[in-house]
Amino acid sequence: MRRTPEPYLWLLFSGGGVVAALLLPVLVLLFGVLMPLGVVDWPAAEHLRALLDSPPVRVALVVVVVLCLFHAAHRVRHTSEELFGIARFDVVIALLCYGGAVAGGVVAAVLMV
Amino acid sequence: MKTRDEVTPGGYRPRRDAFWFARSRAYTVFVLRELTSVFVAWTVVFLLLLVDAVLGGSLPEFAALAARPWMIALNVLALAATCFHAITFLNLAPRATVVRLDGYRLPAWLIQGGNHSLWLAVSAVVAFFVLRGFQ
Amino acid sequence: MTDTTEAVRRASTRTIRVEVSRYRPGEDAEPVFQEYEVPLMADWAVLDGLNYIKDRLDGSLSFRWSCRMGVCGSCGMNVNGEPRLTCGTFLSEYGEGPVRIEPLKGFPVIRDLVVDIDDFLAKLSSVRPWLIREGEEPPLTAEYAQTPEQLEAYKQYSMCINCLLCYSACPVYVLDPDFLGPAAIALAQRYNLDSRDMGDRFDVLNLEDSVWGCTFVGECTSACPKHVDPAEAIQRYKLTAALRSVLPWSRR
Repeated sequence: MRRTPEPYLWLLFSGGGVVAALLLPVLVLLFGVLMPLGVVDWPAAEHLRALLDSPPVRVALVVVVVLCLFHAAHRVRHTSEELFGIARFDVVIALLCYGGAVAGGVVAAVLMV
Repeated sequence: MKTRDEVTPGGYRPRRDAFWFARSRAYTVFVLRELTSVFVAWTVVFLLLLVDAVLGGSLPEFAALAARPWMIALNVLALAATCFHAITFLNLAPRATVVRLDGYRLPAWLIQGGNHSLWLAVSAVVAFFVLRGFQ
Repeated sequence: MTDTTEAVRRASTRTIRVEVSRYRPGEDAEPVFQEYEVPLMADWAVLDGLNYIKDRLDGSLSFRWSCRMGVCGSCGMNVNGEPRLTCGTFLSEYGEGPVRIEPLKGFPVIRDLVVDIDDFLAKLSSVRPWLIREGEEPPLTAEYAQTPEQLEAYKQYSMCINCLLCYSACPVYVLDPDFLGPAAIALAQRYNLDSRDMGDRFDVLNLEDSVWGCTFVGECTSACPKHVDPAEAIQRYKLTAALRSVLPWSRR
């Protein structure tokens, strides 16, 4: 039987979709909109630092980054192919998209170590 | 009896419609739903920049960058996109996960309601830890 | 026939303009629209309008139809850009008109409103849409009893009439005809979820051009006149196939 990586990519996509849905809106609301607009004060750097110092938070952050990026990569791959009719370059597009997600995960891991 | 293979394939096939996504409202909403992923990726990049600033001790510089008008505009878009993603993704989840209790299917609204409640709860917990935490 | 004439004469002078896509191989290089004026009768479906054209105005118009009651699935066409069963779509839905009738999108046009469905028929049989039993030769009188719960598990997917509206509504299929498509996958699920079936369709479903080609636009479900919900069938099989790939020992 022909092996296909699609089931694994879809699981990463789905997991990323759930994680992105649950976590990203509140984070971008706080750090991207409310704090820059001055509606909410920026927390003290030490407070955020203390949050990031806990190992479980660090591991969780790397997982969240990898999953969210795989989610985005999967959708960007399929949508670009459907929008621009470039499905014949699927292998290249897939390598670029998922490669970007892996690269982002490596950056996150390096930051956290 | 005539076999199917004898029927000559062919007939008229129209060219690819380059603007298929504009042909119906549903297609346009679908493409917008998929394009939220670009903002999901941006949000992750933005958060990585934040983490880098916190760990590198340059939070004030990051705050100044985040307060630039174009950055705020970008993040307002990202907020709208991630919310749209959350609503659509959590609503579609029960279509893939059929939960059976006592032989019959759990209705979709129950799963969707649970998903959205979980979204609110997680958001509240995250906001609590970011803004206050256990002092 | 005389009934129709009488009714048309008496009913009204109101008409509706119908723009029909014509394609005559050897004559037309590509489809062109031809306009007809059809009596706007309150109880006429689009199919009745087409039959009026064929009987009274232009006998050369070609289209498929049979049962006129939404069961046979042969009169699917694009009506004002939407895939519809023309026997279940009323002319009066379109007010003053015009109504534009085209062949189903995504299939080669053989003539006028008739499309070539061989591709679909091959796809349909590829998913083995029948009950697969192993290791038994029961007498013809044998019964396979099912509980209401077992029936409910697949009944919705068994309502498919192969009308192909879902293929026409699916941008993935229209852009790339290699995609196995909504109805074939939903019918595979109809048998996968049947307690009497012992087959396994993982080999034809777990492919890039099969369930993994679907990006969950969801329009197959909106188009389905029988409420089969192919989009759901596909997403459910994605989960099944993904879990089976990760957990090799789980069969379903």
